Amino acid sequence: MSTKRVDARGLSCPQPVVLTNRAIEAGAESLEVLVDNEVSKENVLRLAKRHRMQTSVREEGADIVIEIKK
Amino acid sequence: MGNPFSSRAGIIVVGVAIGIIATLLQYFGNPPNMGICVACFERDIAGGLGLHRAAVVQYIRPEIIGFVIGAFLAALLAKEYRPRGGSAPLVRFFLGVFAMIGALVFLGCPWRALLRLAGGDWNAVTGLAGLATGIGVGVLFLKSGYSLGRAQAQKPATGYLFPVFMAGLFLLLVFRVTFAEGGPLFFSQKGPGSQFAPVWVSIGAGLIIGAIAQRSRFCTMGALRDVILLRDFHLISGVAGLLVAALTMNLILGQFKPGFAGQPVAHTDHLWNFLGMALAGLAFALAGGCPGRQLFLSGEGDLDAGIFALGMIVGAGVSHNFAMASSPAGASAFGPAGILVGFIFCLAVGFTMRERA
Repeated sequence: MSTKRVDARGLSCPQPVVLTNRAIEAGAESLEVLVDNEVSKENVLRLAKRHRMQTSVREEGADIVIEIKK
Repeated sequence: MGNPFSSRAGIIVVGVAIGIIATLLQYFGNPPNMGICVACFERDIAGGLGLHRAAVVQYIRPEIIGFVIGAFLAALLAKEYRPRGGSAPLVRFFLGVFAMIGALVFLGCPWRALLRLAGGDWNAVTGLAGLATGIGVGVLFLKSGYSLGRAQAQKPATGYLFPVFMAGLFLLLVFRVTFAEGGPLFFSQKGPGSQFAPVWVSIGAGLIIGAIAQRSRFCTMGALRDVILLRDFHLISGVAGLLVAALTMNLILGQFKPGFAGQPVAHTDHLWNFLGMALAGLAFALAGGCPGRQLFLSGEGDLDAGIFALGMIVGAGVSHNFAMASSPAGASAFGPAGILVGFIFCLAVGFTMRERA
């Protein structure tokens, strides 16, 4: 199963959520979302929670990587 | 590390706090149903600096200054201060200009629309309906790939610029410098600009709201957008908190006066109330935040949000100088023309600014 990667760094609200939502609704079962700020992280995590998906967060340098799985 | 303000309970607490503080500011002297109005207060600042000569709306409002500096300090403490910019700044400037032109046809930003409703001004209903409609159009653009592009990280010191500018405005307010007869600062002798709470009350209120709103990401435009776009009711629960708290406080303080006609700093021109807020809502949606949120973002280092806020201040000058701002008598001569040009601009932005798929 391939992991879809969503690069939402530098994008302002609500685009990180829109892009993530689009990927989930397109049927992605596993994705990695890259964001670069706390607000986007909170928003993407809230979205994943509403889709009842599992999440984990790790930091890669200045970026935040959110893994989302069915 | 958790952020208690980003929870559902957190955003409601912040909304309630804003509602209570806003109505108390009215009690302490701010204009009726205008405890806090980001658009009106930026317009007053534009007047205070002489960018327009509408003599009744000139005052350097400490609340706006507090919003930016409060958010700046909160972001520093939370290690969220992060200078960034470069996402179509000039487009954002003009979105700010037209957002203000729309808001001043209605006579208020989304915050004031809520406060007007909480004070019994039923004209706010058409304004809020217009706001939701404008945001709905913005959502259609967002769904079809609208984007102003990515912002880049900027040098650490660039983010100080906007808070320092605000601190400078505060010094101008406190020292009221005069260079010559009638300038460079203007302070209303009558009208809404002459109604204000004591400076220390206003600045204190602004700092508190700036800090808690930065932590909670409170945004009225985002609230409606998230409901329309994602069926997400997180932010709107904060807006509901604001409305209920302000209504309750107005009833307690005797500030609730229901009706359409004769409402303070408002008119009953329903069509233009609706279209004014529809334009503002669309511009806010395309820029990614309501006027309040743009100030909080500019405090935490978002240079593009700072540009939008400057656009609103300049837009207020344009709006009054070109006779586009409404008065309590209704829409003015060139308000409708301003709205038309604004819609053309916003639709052009919406249709042309897209991420390649």
